[in-house]
Amino acid sequence: MTAMIDISNAEKTFTMHLQGGVQLPVVRGVSFQVEPGECVVLSGPSGAGKSSILKMIFGNYRCDGGRIGIRHRGNLVDLASAEPRQVLSVRRDTIGYVSQFLRAVPRVATIDVVAEPLVVTGTARTEAREWAGRLLRRLNIPERLWALPPSTFSGGEQQRVNIARGFISDLPILLLDEPTASLDAANRAVLVELIDEKKRNGVAMVAIVHDDEIRHLIADRIVDVTSFASVA
Amino acid sequence: MAEPETAMRDNDRPLLMAEGLGKNYGRLAACRDVSFVLYPGEVLAIVGESGSGKSTLLQLLSAQLAASAGRVSYRMRDGVMRDLAALGEAERRFLFRTDWGFVHQDPALGLRMAVSAGANVGERLMAVGWNHYGRIRDTASSWLERVEIDTARIDDAPRTYSGGMRQRLQIARNLVTEPRLVFMDEPTGGLDVSVQARLLDLMRNLVSELGLAAIVVTHDLAVARLLSHRVMVMKGGRVIETGLTDQVLDDPHEPYTQLLVSSILPA
Repeated sequence: MTAMIDISNAEKTFTMHLQGGVQLPVVRGVSFQVEPGECVVLSGPSGAGKSSILKMIFGNYRCDGGRIGIRHRGNLVDLASAEPRQVLSVRRDTIGYVSQFLRAVPRVATIDVVAEPLVVTGTARTEAREWAGRLLRRLNIPERLWALPPSTFSGGEQQRVNIARGFISDLPILLLDEPTASLDAANRAVLVELIDEKKRNGVAMVAIVHDDEIRHLIADRIVDVTSFASVA
Repeated sequence: MAEPETAMRDNDRPLLMAEGLGKNYGRLAACRDVSFVLYPGEVLAIVGESGSGKSTLLQLLSAQLAASAGRVSYRMRDGVMRDLAALGEAERRFLFRTDWGFVHQDPALGLRMAVSAGANVGERLMAVGWNHYGRIRDTASSWLERVEIDTARIDDAPRTYSGGMRQRLQIARNLVTEPRLVFMDEPTGGLDVSVQARLLDLMRNLVSELGLAAIVVTHDLAVARLLSHRVMVMKGGRVIETGLTDQVLDDPHEPYTQLLVSSILPA
């Protein structure tokens, strides 16, 4: 098996204890694989469970059944049953995640927010900042903003900072949750370029994009999430 | 230790282990059947409301309170796991002075309020045998800088400091001996929100730069989110839910955890 991601029969149900224990089935029977260098786009209407599936792959949501197989340092790790330490190790060395919104840490400069993933895996701070600067420049964040914390930026700027932070690492798997939502045409083109570069480097990607044009440009394969819908 | 052990990286071996830990006050069980393993460099948050047993647990873990049941073991600097209850007085003192830090919610408990800031930091160094005044002062001063205290204030006593400065001084005093494990009891409690943010950011950087392990008791889920890798949720003296911090906060399973998470007021 060469797949980087191998999901079989994964399922997720929320139990809302504060609403009298209502069961909210999200997805069931989720099964697909992603090869190195391949970008799989999840499709389906709002509420079909696309983001939940990404969060299950990242180990952020716990699965109620099935397997989330991740190739991590040459071994297959099942994130659905992994210990917290193992999940952290997979996130440090294998899976990157570009969320829809930036969870900014107060007081940290933009350049350091972007450089951080490299710093924690041992790159020297000055070198990490250089890489961060290159990405920020490509994504059209003016240099005078780099020393400021991104919490004061516009939505589009924050999203680009978030993209830079997600793309700076050399991780073999990248998950993209609506990375284009508030980008203008020029920056969308940059993102498509960045994704192409990752593909050429053999990175396996799973993405959610609502923009038809972008989806067409980046998707190697489309997985329709409605087929995993839980029947309530 | 046995042969195969030496091949393992230090970080793959537990630093602290709690097994079936409990504490009763008469018929009241303040803490019941707590078991977990903490690895080097790992930050664990213990969250829960007042009376959930989280402070009792912290005292049990840091050998300040004798357990009614179970035990805590700690890997000493020589690599041997030892039962804390079986340590001699000298070994216990060594832990408190060198290998452990303890950051109290009230800085007055962790600092000597009437002596200078420099002496507060230097005292921990003298306790481990440093005796060169110039070196002690230099080290103290570089630690004040690291916690963002103006070194011009080195000779002032912490009672002249603001709340946030006192808390940062307490952190400097604790970290100067390069401990491997720091216990923190509501480290941001009682501080203004802006002061909290600065302190959290500082702690977060220091913990990751120094590769510290930490056990942080807090009722503030935002503190847990920012500082910790893992969370234990306590209620009625028991651990009711545990997992990666973002798992527990984004996908809480237990009714009480769901209540805690949904009780946060959006900013």
